[in-house]
Amino acid sequence: MPDAPHMSACPACVAAPSAEQVARARREAEKEGARIMLSLPTAHCAACISAVEHGLEAVPGVRSARVNLTLKRASVDADAGVTAEQLIEVLKGIGYEAHELDASSLSMTETDRQGRALLMRLAVAGFAMMNVMLLSVAVWSGASDATRDLFHWISGIIALPAIVYSAQPFFAKAWSALRVRRLNMDVPISLAIILAAGLSIYETSQSGENAYFDAALSLTFFLLGGRYLDYRTRRVARSAAEELAALEVPRAQLVSGETVPVSELAAGDLVRVLPGSRVPVDGVIVEGHSELDRSLLTGESLPVAAGPETVVSAGEVNLTGPLTVRVTAAGKDSSLHRMADLVAVAETSRNRYTSLADKAASIYAPVVHLLALFAFIGWYMATGDARLSINIAVATLIITCPCALGLAVPAVATAASGRLFRAGLLVKNGTALERLAEVDTVVFDKTGTLTMGEPEADDLSRHGREELAVARALAEASAHPLSRALAAAIAAMGTAPADVEDIREVPGHGVEGRYRGRQVRLGRAEWLGVRAVTGTATYMQLGEGPAMAFTFTDSLREGAKEAVEELRKMGLDMILLSGDSPEAVAAVARKVGIEAWEAQVLPADKAARIAVLARSGRKVLMVGDGLNDTAALASAHASISPASALEAARVVSDIVLLGRSLTPIAEAVQVARAATRRIKENFAIAALYNAVSIPVALAGFATPLAAALAMSFSSICVSLNAMRLIRR
Amino acid sequence: MNVLVYLIPASLLLGGLGLAAFYWALKHGQFDDPDGDSQRFLSRDYDDKPKED
Repeated sequence: MPDAPHMSACPACVAAPSAEQVARARREAEKEGARIMLSLPTAHCAACISAVEHGLEAVPGVRSARVNLTLKRASVDADAGVTAEQLIEVLKGIGYEAHELDASSLSMTETDRQGRALLMRLAVAGFAMMNVMLLSVAVWSGASDATRDLFHWISGIIALPAIVYSAQPFFAKAWSALRVRRLNMDVPISLAIILAAGLSIYETSQSGENAYFDAALSLTFFLLGGRYLDYRTRRVARSAAEELAALEVPRAQLVSGETVPVSELAAGDLVRVLPGSRVPVDGVIVEGHSELDRSLLTGESLPVAAGPETVVSAGEVNLTGPLTVRVTAAGKDSSLHRMADLVAVAETSRNRYTSLADKAASIYAPVVHLLALFAFIGWYMATGDARLSINIAVATLIITCPCALGLAVPAVATAASGRLFRAGLLVKNGTALERLAEVDTVVFDKTGTLTMGEPEADDLSRHGREELAVARALAEASAHPLSRALAAAIAAMGTAPADVEDIREVPGHGVEGRYRGRQVRLGRAEWLGVRAVTGTATYMQLGEGPAMAFTFTDSLREGAKEAVEELRKMGLDMILLSGDSPEAVAAVARKVGIEAWEAQVLPADKAARIAVLARSGRKVLMVGDGLNDTAALASAHASISPASALEAARVVSDIVLLGRSLTPIAEAVQVARAATRRIKENFAIAALYNAVSIPVALAGFATPLAAALAMSFSSICVSLNAMRLIRR
Repeated sequence: MNVLVYLIPASLLLGGLGLAAFYWALKHGQFDDPDGDSQRFLSRDYDDKPKED
């Protein structure tokens, strides 16, 4: 497939390395062959760690293996001969799902400089806060005169450098907001810190009674805590987004046998597409017969026959025979990218969503500044004492405490996305949880989402043993999904393959061979010259006898039924939209229990249907995986895609399902609703607290001790409230 | 009150030691896998330090 489409749902995706970089880095890494990184979405306990590590270390050539449970990753040190595919097989054997990751593109996240710098600032602020607090306790408990001044001076000597170092992130952000004449949360925070420190120095030099060094530091400390939580949540999402990007490297094989990045292809080049691989470009087949799986692009579950002059699109999967394709459009011009344009238009609506935190900040910042200003003017007019008035104004600024507000959202978001990550869901977008909580309608895609996109043979008992034995022998000779499903189903019944000779695959048609002197064929209806039955089927003919049909249905994805049931219990409406045929869609709808369904929906119509729902006041959650869902995913109020989805679909989704099962979707909605409730509760706690403290501060009764107590109390309250999310 | 002359430096020194220890731990990857570390002590494998990167 072409290089990563540059349509970014979030800053994290912008930071993710481009596919070309990944490809280049991987080529270099292959030469050294030293470290292999694997993603382990299902690892979760001590037993998993030992099982995986021992399992990997038992592989010859592996020097050491280490699991990182926080990132759900394993890094393996191995000799050059060891391949990731080999290790993935080993892990599959002991029951763990694993995907290869591109080690070189992940190295950036491993040494996470920004996170460490933030943590260091947090530590410095904490250290300084504790020391200053120690000295302040002495002052509050009655130190006076020279002792008090000495303590204030020492506090100042500790506090000033600590603030200059630790509070830099706030100053930087406040400054960048002020430069474009806007107000954000960092402006009142920076102002409170600077004024508190400045006033304290002045008061200390005047042998004043009140110094707010401890308040300035605890403000910095608590808010840095919130900032760090926020950063960590986004980092997990970003590193996982990189992981997903590292899963696919777009390369194409030229007819000459050379493998090149798709971005280097030009129209007119001849590309070879082997069975089982994805068509990397848009083009026209010049040689070869095969069948194409278009499900990711159109949602059709039936493979389509292809031969010379058939037009192919990037993203389709070649099933049976090798094809030579003449490139008509690669990279930026391919259909994948045209789909990206559709997405870019749809996305703007989502970017307009204002998060609860932004709403709170836009009310909070002006109110606080006005209050402080009124306090100063009021007291100055009443007393004529500028020093007292400034003292009270600053106390008001400090005590209105953006702490609780600064922690209210990050603490909840961290707890919620942490819990979802453990359940196998990756929250990519900052406002995703809030939007997900508002959802009242869920739209599902069929192929690849509710179903695995893998066919399953229907009841085989009506066929004779001999027929089944022949069918198995023929089916085993082909890599076509229907053949594989048929062979697996017959093998599961315990029927051994018959002795069929001269088996030969006819690309694009089927398999033929000789059985007891008769010609036997298994393949498409047109090839055998019989009439096709409805639904997915393959046909077999023994000699001149009548052809028989083996029918298939797409097997449901694990947890699909449970997820639908849970969502219904929560009162959500569900709709199934698919590009597939009505029979196939109706069957799946009946199986999972969705009443409303529509078949043969074109990609643009999916997005249009969602727009119609949105206009009628519905908030839609779109769950889909294909290119035909991409526009719908982007235009829906919230969106989820499975990890098996096409990259374009994952990029525009808010949440990615890391495991195979769909059950976490219901949990995601529950957690999102709980998280939004907690955020609102936290705002209520902060508001209640301000309702008490502001009058006290305005009346001039706020002492540094009261400020310190109130600040810690409200911060701890909101953090504890957020913690309730971690467990049910 | 003369006791303050060495008590205050002592308290600053102790705090500074804590900060230095934290800095060391941060630089040596002690916070890279908190979830894994909380589970690892249950395993029988000898394992007393995070992997060198």
